[in-house]
Amino acid sequence: MTLLKGQNLTTDILVIGSGGAGLSAALRAKKLGCSVIVATKTLPTNANTSMAQGGFNASSNEDIQIHIDDTIRSSRGLGSSTMIDLMCKSSKTSLDWLLSLGVPFSLDDNGNLANRFMGGSTNKRTYYAEDYTGLKILQTLHDECLKNDIEFKANHYLLNLIVDEDTKEVGGATFLNIATGEVVEIRAKSVIIATGGYSGVYHGFTTNGFGSSGDGIAAVIRAGGVASDMEFVQFHPTALKKSSILISEAARGEGGYLVNGLGKRFVDELLSRDEVSRAVAKEINEGREVFLDVRHLGSEKLAHLLPQEMKLCKIHENLDMAKDLIPIKSVAHYTMGGIEVDQKLQASGLKGCFAVGECSNAHIHGANRLGGNSLLEIISMGLIAGENASNYKPKSKFKENNQLNKDRAFINTVYNTFTNQINFYEKREFLGKILYHNAGVIRKDMGLKEALAALQQMQREFTFMGISDKSKEFNTNLIDFIEFGNTLEVAEMLLVGALHRNESRGAHFREDFKETNDTFKAHSIFWKEDGVLCTEFKDVK
Amino acid sequence: MNITIRRFDKRKEPQSIDMTYPLFEGLTLLENLIKIKTTIDPTLSFNGVCRSGVCGSCGVSVNGKAKLSCSYKPSDGDVIEPLAYHEVERDLIVDKTKTHKTLKTSHAHLLGSAILENSSKVTVQSDCILCDSCYSACPVLAVNSDFLGPFALTKVYRYTLQSNENKKAIDAIQKNGIWDCTLCGECTLSCPQDIDPKTDIMNLRSISVQNGYNDPNFANMSFGDFEFNNLFR
Repeated sequence: MTLLKGQNLTTDILVIGSGGAGLSAALRAKKLGCSVIVATKTLPTNANTSMAQGGFNASSNEDIQIHIDDTIRSSRGLGSSTMIDLMCKSSKTSLDWLLSLGVPFSLDDNGNLANRFMGGSTNKRTYYAEDYTGLKILQTLHDECLKNDIEFKANHYLLNLIVDEDTKEVGGATFLNIATGEVVEIRAKSVIIATGGYSGVYHGFTTNGFGSSGDGIAAVIRAGGVASDMEFVQFHPTALKKSSILISEAARGEGGYLVNGLGKRFVDELLSRDEVSRAVAKEINEGREVFLDVRHLGSEKLAHLLPQEMKLCKIHENLDMAKDLIPIKSVAHYTMGGIEVDQKLQASGLKGCFAVGECSNAHIHGANRLGGNSLLEIISMGLIAGENASNYKPKSKFKENNQLNKDRAFINTVYNTFTNQINFYEKREFLGKILYHNAGVIRKDMGLKEALAALQQMQREFTFMGISDKSKEFNTNLIDFIEFGNTLEVAEMLLVGALHRNESRGAHFREDFKETNDTFKAHSIFWKEDGVLCTEFKDVK
Repeated sequence: MNITIRRFDKRKEPQSIDMTYPLFEGLTLLENLIKIKTTIDPTLSFNGVCRSGVCGSCGVSVNGKAKLSCSYKPSDGDVIEPLAYHEVERDLIVDKTKTHKTLKTSHAHLLGSAILENSSKVTVQSDCILCDSCYSACPVLAVNSDFLGPFALTKVYRYTLQSNENKKAIDAIQKNGIWDCTLCGECTLSCPQDIDPKTDIMNLRSISVQNGYNDPNFANMSFGDFEFNNLFR
């Protein structure tokens, strides 16, 4: 490609996001001979992938069909059998690929790969590396990227996609270089978005790391693309009450109880996450505290089985799992909805733009995700995204594009015109709270409408918010603010979706429509026309 | 009850000042920093993502010792500074891109094909979260800024165990690498993941000797009269 005036960098493949999905895609594209740049708003390994403990689903030949069936059942009618087939059938190859890179999966006493059951699975097919599966996968992928000379652009915050208005072809993206404060563009033949989920909209009520603000999804919507099934958010039943830090499902798997303030057990602890989360939320809504009780397991067993958890309880709640009841609540954990993609993982409404991992909705998890399938998805679909993006041939030779100037102007406006009369940090906290209470585990029409009204008020007030820090370099106040802007876009879709889906399905539970209604056996679809959010339901293929 | 934060801004004069903020008791240091940023001073700059000690982004120095701010509960009078031996970008944010280049220089990746049965030998080494705590604790970097540092060497050792083709990596860690380490063990003490880079470096020395390398310090040692006289006095 020839350099165009004013552009900073060009590459064949631009990957945005450096979690497991982004790095897998980058490695595949590089292997296929493409030049690759991975842009990330942090450093390459500071991704939510590092937090995934449970494991990686891979099915043997005899198990493939059962794995497919388990995943389809878990999706509650919203999974695509074609996509689920694709993922499950490539699960073994994906695992083998990770092993070939040196991901040290745990072995059993006979030296074979160890695996375990996850909730909702018929067979044992979840491979793990102690309770650090995601961390070890991510670090190993990063090492492999360095080996393959993949270029990283750290501290690059995605602003917008660069789209040809006529052809809808995506030829790169604009970024705020956090280190310099400059807005830059990276041009590419095709773009892979791997920016992660949006559980961060539930600020203060999520197990996710900071920055899970759905940046990629918001950018796609602004670029004329489509999002789908945004109302489906998986809540995890056992997060620490004060800090929302995740206490692994293993605590219940090993025999832990959930008890309420009256000291009574109130649910079968081994039911699926959505059912247990609802039971926990119901207790809390009725004014009773909920605790995880593992005291009967004894300190020795706990130190052996749940060392990470013991450490986290001590640090965050100053409690000893062996002696104390651990106060918990259900919080947002994983977002099933995201960028609507076709079977090639290409973003609907756009060309040459692929989306993979938690930011995408490849119709694999549907209304509820099966444990162990998210690590599988980021690797298997990551490789496929890398391949499809590499094979993409741009139709139009890239023209001059005004996105860079627009985004420079926007950043200038934030510095100079946004009045900062309203503290957005307070609004962020408030939004997290109302989303959690009104669009959380248990939802109803009135509560959703109230939350939507509050959110739309914040959208109107956005220009009255702003930044106090006017420095250019490493302005994290500015990054927090732009992330909050994305949150407002993404949360609106979540609320509108939840409001329109007058039924209960998987992780979406409506107190006023408790049953599943097959009129709604459809994907909710979101896009913008002249800046206005539009939505409709689309049949499941 | 206060904590002191060493702030840095290269555009200001003086570039570095110590500022004191109230301590929010019961919260982690990262939660304290967030509380300061969102309620007192939005210009305070620091990193932090996962809050649970696995993403490696929030390392800082507390009273001279490297800590993950998400896993540390501060006390009255604590002095918080950026990690040592890193170029400070702003406040507590340091440039890790340079230190992470050591991973490339040292070929800290799988070179041959993976030996599956050795996975269990690298359980601890593969827990590294690239928080740079060990790097910040390493006194060798005070005298040799080109030293590869503990985490890169631990990673090299990890992959040495996982593969049978390691010549490139072993060659790469001879200069400014394993022999420059003083074996003081500060890296091991500072690691939030209980990794022991000191022992890994010692093991890499043995592997290097098996590969025909010698301890250059040994070659340079003087065995003249003075030492012997001292010894037998």
